[in-house]
Amino acid sequence: MTTTTHKDQSLALPIEPDAGKRKLSTAKAMQEAISQRMARDESVFVMGEDVGPYGGIFSSTTGLIDRFGPERVIDTPISETAFIGLGIGAAVEGMRPIVELMFADFFGVCMDQIYNHMAKIHYESGGNVRVPMVLMMAAGGGYSDGAQHSQCLWGTFAHLPGMKVVVPSNPYDAKGLMTAAIESDDPVVYVFHKGVMGLGWMAKNDRSIGAVPEAEYLVPIGKARVAREGTDVTIVTISLSVHHSLDVAEKLEAEGISVEVIDLRSLVPLDREAIVRSVSKTGRLVVVDEDYQSFGLSGEVIAVVAEHDPTLLKRASRVCVPDVPIPYAHALEYAVLPTRARIEAAVRNIVAS
Amino acid sequence: MTPSKAQALTDDGRRDLLRTMVLIRKYEETIRLAYYADKKPAFDIGAGLVPGEMHLSAGQEPVAAGICAHLTPDDAVTATHRPHHLAIAHGVPLRPMTAEIFGREAGLGHGRGGHMHLFDPSTHFSCSGIIAEGLPPALGQAFAFQRQGSDRVAVAVTGEGAANQGAFHESLNLAALWNLPVVIVVEDNDWGISVPRAKSTSVASNADRAAAYGIPGVRVEDNSVEAVYAAAGEAIARARAGDGPSLIEVHTLRLWGHFEGDAEGYRPELASVPDRDPIPIYRDRLIKNGVLTEGQYQEMEASAVALVDDAIDFAMSSPTPDPLGHLSYVFAEGVNA
Repeated sequence: MTTTTHKDQSLALPIEPDAGKRKLSTAKAMQEAISQRMARDESVFVMGEDVGPYGGIFSSTTGLIDRFGPERVIDTPISETAFIGLGIGAAVEGMRPIVELMFADFFGVCMDQIYNHMAKIHYESGGNVRVPMVLMMAAGGGYSDGAQHSQCLWGTFAHLPGMKVVVPSNPYDAKGLMTAAIESDDPVVYVFHKGVMGLGWMAKNDRSIGAVPEAEYLVPIGKARVAREGTDVTIVTISLSVHHSLDVAEKLEAEGISVEVIDLRSLVPLDREAIVRSVSKTGRLVVVDEDYQSFGLSGEVIAVVAEHDPTLLKRASRVCVPDVPIPYAHALEYAVLPTRARIEAAVRNIVAS
Repeated sequence: MTPSKAQALTDDGRRDLLRTMVLIRKYEETIRLAYYADKKPAFDIGAGLVPGEMHLSAGQEPVAAGICAHLTPDDAVTATHRPHHLAIAHGVPLRPMTAEIFGREAGLGHGRGGHMHLFDPSTHFSCSGIIAEGLPPALGQAFAFQRQGSDRVAVAVTGEGAANQGAFHESLNLAALWNLPVVIVVEDNDWGISVPRAKSTSVASNADRAAAYGIPGVRVEDNSVEAVYAAAGEAIARARAGDGPSLIEVHTLRLWGHFEGDAEGYRPELASVPDRDPIPIYRDRLIKNGVLTEGQYQEMEASAVALVDDAIDFAMSSPTPDPLGHLSYVFAEGVNA
């Protein structure tokens, strides 16, 4: 257990530098962030199911074992409680584990270590014990993986105090947020949507490949990004839904509807100022979230504005997964996902009112 | 298992074991008095100087004394919802520990943790109120010690009820698989709150479960501190030498209720419990064998009382936390740091 930080204090990383021209997939951007941190800091290691020779089921760790070997890129048994808890213990003793939970959906077998231990030790210890750990996990649907392998669930982690929760939507943010997560002295839940990773075996979003600086840099945790400026309506969203929202915004621009898109990038801390700033300008708010609708991010975002100044809002609406398990059949699944069509309808509706 | 020569007990060592046990008992007796002091005539669990659930460890002192005699403050211990005996035996400073139990600002967690959530970085001690869930973090501490190339060890202590939890079995497998320097200790006090082990556990000895993971397992009967000392010495030496984990089950005794306020109506052997109190049994044996004098025992009790009183005084003199600070310490950095 340690009360001191084990960061490489000599390293002052640039914050959100120019993206440059080199293009990477989100998966490669994540791998690069991890690899560069591991090269700089011996205390960083990766652990999880199939993170070694397989390279992570969704390519979060491809190639790392070749560079760093099985001592630092460690395949685990299918024992999430044991290996996530092991990560916690290693973190309190000064290591910086990056632990992968293969699917967010799997938290049911290990949540106690996550929310009762990883997230609470710092508070219960009165700040005397730190847990500098990254818990990364794949999320999201759209490829008929059914009700137990398609959920986002980031709102559940964000609901429980003590974890930072980051959800990158693109390669640039994926790298900078991963570096920031590894460098953080707090536990960080890093949720990557499979649909933004740029995988060769799944329908790719165009923006899952993008410009990424080669050198290390930080995207600060808790800072939203204005993905597109607009004046008529604000879409507040996260992850893959950012891209669907941008597609809708581009389409509606031709009709004279100006849509601002806010990519939250982090749920915890939530950039409340960015939400209020945008809604102050547009007065109309659509929240798009691939997580379940009730008791989650979408309601929270609307509450942020309502509590700040309800007169800012002419109207608010939500495009989320309704409160049903994610169905298997393609047509059914796409009836519940926040598709471009649903987002477009919501924007048209709110602008017309 | 027999203790190696290096671990063989001297008479000084025997007196030290008893001294630790006496300190723990005086501590628990004093906390018990403080707990009930202002809960009369009507018991209100949330009222008083020491509110909340209170799980005291009287009767289980041999486990803590016998194990922790082999540890240094560089070694880690994770304990359960019933943690005081292990904290004391491992050397957690009594003053901030007591202040935490009293919910004071000078407590180990500045009043954020309470008696089930004691964290002391100076002795690498922690505990968890969730059954069996202290094991995985202990594995991680052992992992870090192994990676440091040190001979430090982690000891994870849990109850017999925990041996039926998934976390217990996942942890034994992973500890064995990765040859981690960890010792897992099961305190079998016969009762999972009100459920006797015969109604919860399919095997007579949880130590037998070690065989499923290819590691040594030993069960210590009779709540004997010297037998615990011997078994723990063997297991800890093994872990320090890089020879991997071990499992020890100690058949111990819950002298009092699951928590304070538990009338124990479910416990048929209640009348015989005081006769099995390990402290008078061990004291009388040491006196009979010429290892201890009455005078030495009285001195042990007196010095324990002085230490405990000092800790209580310290706790009582510490302010209660400022309610405005309730958001502090959620995070180390940024919001609510």
